[in-house]
Amino acid sequence: MRKILYDLKKNPLLFLFLAPGLVFFLLFKYWPILGLSMAFQEYSPFLGVHGSPWVGFAQFGRMLSDPDFIQVTVNTMLVGVCYIVFFFPIPVVISILLNEVLHPGYKRIVQTLVYIPHFISWVVIYGITYALLSTDGGAINNLLSRIGLDPIPFLASKDWFYPVMILQMIWHEGGWGTIIILAALTSVNPELYEACAIDGGNRFHRIRHIVFPAILSTIVILLLLRLGSFMDIGFEQILMLVNTANRPIAEVIQTYVYRIGIVQGQFSYTTAVGLFKSAVSIILVLGTNSLIKKFGGEGIF
Amino acid sequence: MVENKSFFGRLFQICNYAFLGAFACATFLPFVHVVASSFADPAQLARGGLIFWPEHANLLAYKEIFATPTIFKGLRSSIVITVIGTFVSLSVTMFTAYPLAQSRFRSKNIFMGLVIVTLVFDGGMIPTFMVVRDLGLIDSIWALILPVAVLPAWLIVMRNFIKNIPGELQEASYIEGANDAQVFFRIVLPLSKPALATFVVLYGVMYWNSWFSALIYLNNPDWYPIQVILRQIILSAQGVGTDSLAQSQISPMGVRMAVVVVATLPIMCVYPFLQKYFVQGMMLGSVKG
Repeated sequence: MRKILYDLKKNPLLFLFLAPGLVFFLLFKYWPILGLSMAFQEYSPFLGVHGSPWVGFAQFGRMLSDPDFIQVTVNTMLVGVCYIVFFFPIPVVISILLNEVLHPGYKRIVQTLVYIPHFISWVVIYGITYALLSTDGGAINNLLSRIGLDPIPFLASKDWFYPVMILQMIWHEGGWGTIIILAALTSVNPELYEACAIDGGNRFHRIRHIVFPAILSTIVILLLLRLGSFMDIGFEQILMLVNTANRPIAEVIQTYVYRIGIVQGQFSYTTAVGLFKSAVSIILVLGTNSLIKKFGGEGIF
Repeated sequence: MVENKSFFGRLFQICNYAFLGAFACATFLPFVHVVASSFADPAQLARGGLIFWPEHANLLAYKEIFATPTIFKGLRSSIVITVIGTFVSLSVTMFTAYPLAQSRFRSKNIFMGLVIVTLVFDGGMIPTFMVVRDLGLIDSIWALILPVAVLPAWLIVMRNFIKNIPGELQEASYIEGANDAQVFFRIVLPLSKPALATFVVLYGVMYWNSWFSALIYLNNPDWYPIQVILRQIILSAQGVGTDSLAQSQISPMGVRMAVVVVATLPIMCVYPFLQKYFVQGMMLGSVKG
């Protein structure tokens, strides 16, 4: 407090600079945190936030006895695990392969092409997926029906939800994810490669003993950062993909909060669900942070 | 890199080039298919498979989507939101980052703390929605801009960038009696051009691609951005102007793809800059301060 008073006297102009940002953080970051108190109320739009009755942990009790909530929590975890297992290794592999390319021109062309999808919104990505996979004039199903096969409901079936989701993730970020790993690889001294060749090492020795150790710490940090946002993976993507046919396995916490909260207006209950999600996220963030420190990294905080 | 001349070395190299080429094609060909589909005639679309080149190319799908004002309105809305949003975000981020980067600003750590806390603690969707509603922003384009005006992580990147501008210049002019506004506009801003360019692109793409906030904050379709309109066109069974489609030469898929092209075109036009500045931005971000 003394520091603030000192600065107010000494650097008043700096506070003028700070003012818009400060207003932004108070209004849109801190006020919603206070709004979490709604999770302990039975909010009614007629009574408002101040008039609505306090109900303690009733919303959380309802959560635990709500089979939909249990289901979407399990789904959220599964989506996160799928991301880590099936998507996460892809950029690592592609980076290592790109690093083996001898022609800089070829490398650049590949990079330029595979970075594009990162800048595309999930609505457009769904549009492209629809063009290829829909049963209503999609390229693949039209082909199937022309050669006399039954159409496959890629976008409206439980069986195809995960394959389609993972393919979308790989298409969207598989190339872009290589940037940080390739940046870590530029720090490798080229003399190491030569030394390896002189010592009789082949390509696989080089990848195993030079390339991989060089990117290992980056991979660990990226993985732990991902664990921190584990509960939010794929929200916009899944909001586009989810429909009545695949809802039981596709709905995740965030899309559930949107559907029950914003669309159906159950504000208090969904605030409690959101609070639960944030609590799990915070535990994951703090846990991963101490893990990073254990690995000898600097940590995020 | 050392060239490996053995048989297996070459075999690996050939497979590697082929695999990366295939991955790049798999990434890029869907775009080609979408663009070609938007010009193709219904017979070609009905045959199925990837389309690389439209036969009997025509503009009927584009005529169809621009026949109603919906797409124009969506584009107008997206452009307005992107331009205003990028300007607001850039200004607020710069103004906020500047004091936080000054070593003589003693309370900077208190305010940095306020920013960092928000990286971990977050009110979430519903409480933020309530705040936007209580502020009376529902159905206003400001609801799509103000709640996301500053991304805390990017603010920290910007502050680190300003901090890394050689301090002597700032200190010298400060001691010579220039005030903070002069130092900011005459020294820090011109020296931050590369970071500013990066942030124009970062925020610009963010606003152009955003659709979820429009979905929850706008009830009146007048200001729906193009992404939300595209979402409706793809998710609903009917495309644009389905009545005339029955007897016309256009397939609903072609019409949908024309909207996809229109919604993506601006991103593709600035992509060369995007690539340069985004890679730069990633590098800025990876410099820890």
